Formats: sequence, structure tokens, C-alpha cells
Amino acid sequence: MTPVVQVRDLRKIYPLDGGEDVVALRGVDLTIDPGEFVAVMGPSGSGKSTFMHIVGLLDRPTAGEYRFAGSEVSSLDADALADLRSRALGFVFQAYNLLPRTTAIENVELPMVYAGVPASTRRRAALEALDAVGLVKYAQHQPNQLSGGQQQRVAIARSIVNQPQLILADEPTGALDTASSEDVMALFRRLNEERGMTVMLVTHEPDVAAHARRLVTFRDGHIVSDEPVQERTNEKVIA
Amino acid sequence: MIGIAQTLRLALQALIRNRSRSLLTMLGVVIGVAAVIVTVAIGTGAKTSVANQINSLGSNLIVVIPGSVQTSGARTGNGTASTLSVQDGLAIAKLQGVAAVSPAVNVRAQLVANGQNWQTQVTGVAPTYTTVRSWDTGSGRFFTQTETDEAAKVAVLGQTVVKQLFPDGSDPVGRSVVIRNVPFTVVGTMIAKGQSGGGQDQDDTVLIPYTSALDRLTGGTTIGQLMVSATDGDHIDSVQSQITGLLEQRHRIVAGQPDDFSVRNLQDIAQAASATASILGLLLAAVAAVSLVVGGIGIMNIMLVSVTERTREIGLRVALGARGAAILRQFLIEAVVLSTGGGALGVLIGVTGAAAVAMFAHWPASVSLSAILLALAFSAAVGVFFGYWPARKAAALDPIKALRFE
Repeated sequence: MTPVVQVRDLRKIYPLDGGEDVVALRGVDLTIDPGEFVAVMGPSGSGKSTFMHIVGLLDRPTAGEYRFAGSEVSSLDADALADLRSRALGFVFQAYNLLPRTTAIENVELPMVYAGVPASTRRRAALEALDAVGLVKYAQHQPNQLSGGQQQRVAIARSIVNQPQLILADEPTGALDTASSEDVMALFRRLNEERGMTVMLVTHEPDVAAHARRLVTFRDGHIVSDEPVQERTNEKVIA
Repeated sequence: MIGIAQTLRLALQALIRNRSRSLLTMLGVVIGVAAVIVTVAIGTGAKTSVANQINSLGSNLIVVIPGSVQTSGARTGNGTASTLSVQDGLAIAKLQGVAAVSPAVNVRAQLVANGQNWQTQVTGVAPTYTTVRSWDTGSGRFFTQTETDEAAKVAVLGQTVVKQLFPDGSDPVGRSVVIRNVPFTVVGTMIAKGQSGGGQDQDDTVLIPYTSALDRLTGGTTIGQLMVSATDGDHIDSVQSQITGLLEQRHRIVAGQPDDFSVRNLQDIAQAASATASILGLLLAAVAAVSLVVGGIGIMNIMLVSVTERTREIGLRVALGARGAAILRQFLIEAVVLSTGGGALGVLIGVTGAAAVAMFAHWPASVSLSAILLALAFSAAVGVFFGYWPARKAAALDPIKALRFE
């Protein structure tokens, strides 16, 4: 089985004018197989966000290898990366980032617009994605008519609508209350378990990370631990 | 990749999300284009009106006036000699390309009628005068050739004279007007012609047969001028040179000697006048174009604000797989939609405004299709020109920073 993400000795250095360079990643090795649900934790400045951006093809490593779904991507140009993002990646952000004054279904359609999906297919696929997050009857609602949890679920529908090979979630519950957080995490679990979607989630909340099946911890630009999440903790959170 | 139609949709959605701001942004271009349309219409109108005024003097009119009395020493200027005769006019009438000829005998005289009196220009002319000057009678009739041959005591009044002599509004036709103690019967009145290009009141005149003027008023045989009308505008130059040749021959002027007459046509004057009107129109349009450019800068301003304000949206679009080119195109199209939308609205307002000017100011303001197309094309160009920089700024945003932008 080809890994979705395979990075070896990944390094990222931000050069600073007149000062010392900031080293964000000091050699990271990680492999994520299809169907995995990985939580990435770590304190601020540990490099987890940088790692996420590189994995999400929004940033390039300074050194090291990155194979996405089997092919080397660190040498691709900006347009090729954009095309890959639209086809193979789904993003969920802390702040939802839905377009204001735009209906839920139009928000969900947006990635398909950039992937060049014909309009007729788009509507059907968007409705299916909204159905998968349980919001099909809110299709014509605008973000300001939805609760935070509902908005984030619309954003999740948007992230899955192109059937991506990897969903990247950056602090998806950071702006939500506990109940909504639970809803959103349960949704990620369901997408992972029932649809076999590969999810990588960055968080600093252990409760949230506990929903994943694998926990990777970053510190000072290194991975300091990489272990399966204990089923017991999982059960407790569900209950 | 994403097509133009799709990008246009995205751009329209973005503009509609900010309806009131989009409209306000358009306003600059709306005003600019409306100003261009109205001023060009007024400029065109000025040109038409100058042409009309020139034409009102008579279509394709050529005027022959006598030359100077003295050709050396104290020269007295054109028109002072009495070298033109009715026979000259008859000879000119036979030339090719001549439609009509009328002599004009000018006398300033005091009129008395209806218990009123008024000093005016009495002009002795032939019945062909109406053709030569393109001037019709308003009421009654013009005098006939028979009346001219008989030197009949008949007169046709200009509207100003009618107003002065018959202020009570009574019909002057059939009434008697005494000109230098000679009673004339009014047979008709001319329609109002208004001011001439030179600002003279053309209606302040009385027309009588030139024979009557010569026999009863001046007592001579010489005439003030000959008015010649060419069959069409293209023949004016040739008719003019034929007249010159004919009169030189008739007046026995040896080559090298100055002519004792002078031939002038109104086309030269008309051309100069319409050139002036063109320059005026151009000047107005240039001022209006400046306001259009200012409108474009307004669009650039708002687009720059919009790019900053929508930084996160741009970051999101990039994360979702939008290429830089797609972002650039969207913002460029937004700018062009704003500018051409404003242009279209401006055309609408401009055309309405021009119609209002035409109606209320009685000014022949006319909007040409080419002015409309030019204004639209120019406003689209304004959008591209002033939209490019903000659009490029948007496309060059770093998605990571953009997504974190507060």
C-alpha cells in the first residue's frame, strides 16, 4: 500500500534578516498510510504547524524528501502544487474560513470550482458532502445563520467534497465549545472509520487528540513520540 | 484549471457580497462616463448648431460685393464702389452650377405704419432671394417676378419689424408701410431666422423688389451685392472662379490689375467655425476623460482595500487549490466588471442627461453610437489598467500568512 505521506529528514529553516535563522524542523521522518487518523501535538514553536503546511503543500521544505501518494512533490512548481491541493487535499481550519454571505452549498462547491468539476456534478457532490456532515437541510443557509459547530461541519463537507487522499485539520475545535468540539471530532472519526478517509489533525488539546488512532508529538522541530492512541481513552471520550 | 465563465461567476459573487461598496466604487466611473457622453453630445451639438447657423445664411451661398472706389491713395474698402450691376447678376445666373442669383440693394430707412415708426434695413432683392437664402415666408407670400418687373410697391417684413410696427399683434399682410414717404403694401412676412453667425438680427429687415428699391428709394442703377447660390456644396469653388472670370471679362479688367469686386463664399467661414466647435468639443471631452481616470483610481483604491480585507479569503482560495493566475484573473475581472458596469450606468445617465440638455436648453445635443462604444471600451480599459496592480498583489499573497491574517 502506497503511503499517503512519506517524509524523510524534513528540514525547514526560516532565514531572518540580520539575525540568526529560525530552524522550525530539524529532520522529521514520518509515514502516514491510507486510512490513518493521526493527531499531531506539541507546544507552540514545536514545528507542528510548519510540518502541517509542508504536508499540505502550502510551504516547501528547505531540505529533505516529501513523497505525496508515492510521488516526490518538493520539486513541483506553484501551479502543479495548486492543482494537487485542489484534487488530493482537504483543509479544515480553526476559523472555519467560510466565505461570508455565501450559502453553505456554494461554500462546499468552491474546491470543485478550482478543480474544474462541471457545474452539474458540483451541486450533487456538494449535497452529498453536506449530507455526510448532517447539514443537507442547511444548504441554503449563510455562515452567519449557522452556529460555530455547524459552520465547522460545513467546512468539513468542503474538505471532503473532492474525495481527497488526505484531510488536514488545523486546530479544528479551537474556536468551539465542548459539545460542538465533540460533534466535530465524532464526525472526523466517522469519516475515518466509515469512509476510510485519511486524517491528519493538529491540536494542543489532549481530549481532542484522543479521538485519533495515532498520536505524534513534536518538540523543538523533532518528533519526540509516535504512538497509537489507547483504545481505552478513546472509549472514555465517546462515553 | 478554471475557466473564464467560472471566474466571472466567482467575481460577480464577490461583488454582490459587497453590494453597496461595489456600487459606490462604480460611482467614479459612472460620473466619468456620464460626463464624457454629455460633453461629447454638447460638443457635437455645438458643431451642428454652428453648421445650422451657417446654413441659415443660405445654402451654398456665394456673395459678390463691389470693390474699392480707390485702388491707390486713400483706399476706401470693399463695397464702396458701385461697379456691380443687375446685368452682372443676369450673366452670373447663366453660369453652370449656379442655382439662383439675387441682387441686393441695401438702404437704411425709416418706416412708418400702424401709427408706429422704426428704422431698419430695407433690402431690394429678386424673388429668387428665398431660394438663395433658404428663407421662407411665414404668412402671406413673397413678391413675384411680375411685381419685380413692374417695380411694384410691395414689401415683405421680417419678424422684428413686424413686432416693432404691429406690437398689437394685428396681421400686417395687406396693410401699408411707408418707406421714405413711399407707401408700400405688405404682401407677406418672413419666418423668424434669428441671429446670424456674426450676431446680427436677421429678422430686422424689410424686403422689397430690387427694381422698386432702385427706382423709388436709391434712384440709381448700382446694387450693393449679388447673392449667388450654387447647386451644391462641391461646386462652390468652381462657381466662384467662374464668377471671377466672368466679371473680370465684363468689367474689362486686365490681368495684373486688381479686381473691382470681391467674391466670397460662406463655406470657408463655416469650416473655420466648425473647426472651432470641434476644438471646443475635444477640450470638453478631455476634461471629462480626466474625471474617468479619477474614477479608475477610485477603483484601484477600493480594490487594494478589498485585497487587504479579503486576505484570508484569498489564502483560503489558494489552499483550496486556486492557482495564482486564477486569483489574479478573479480580481482583475472584479475590477473590469466594476468599471464596465459603471461605464454602462454612466452611458445610461449620460444619454438621459444629453436628452435633458437637448430638451430644456434647446441645444441639439446628440449622442453618437461611437461615443458610447468608446466610453465603454475606455472604462473597461480603466478596469484592466487600475485593476492589475491590486490583482497581482492578491495573487502574490503567501497563503500561510494570508490564512493567519486577522
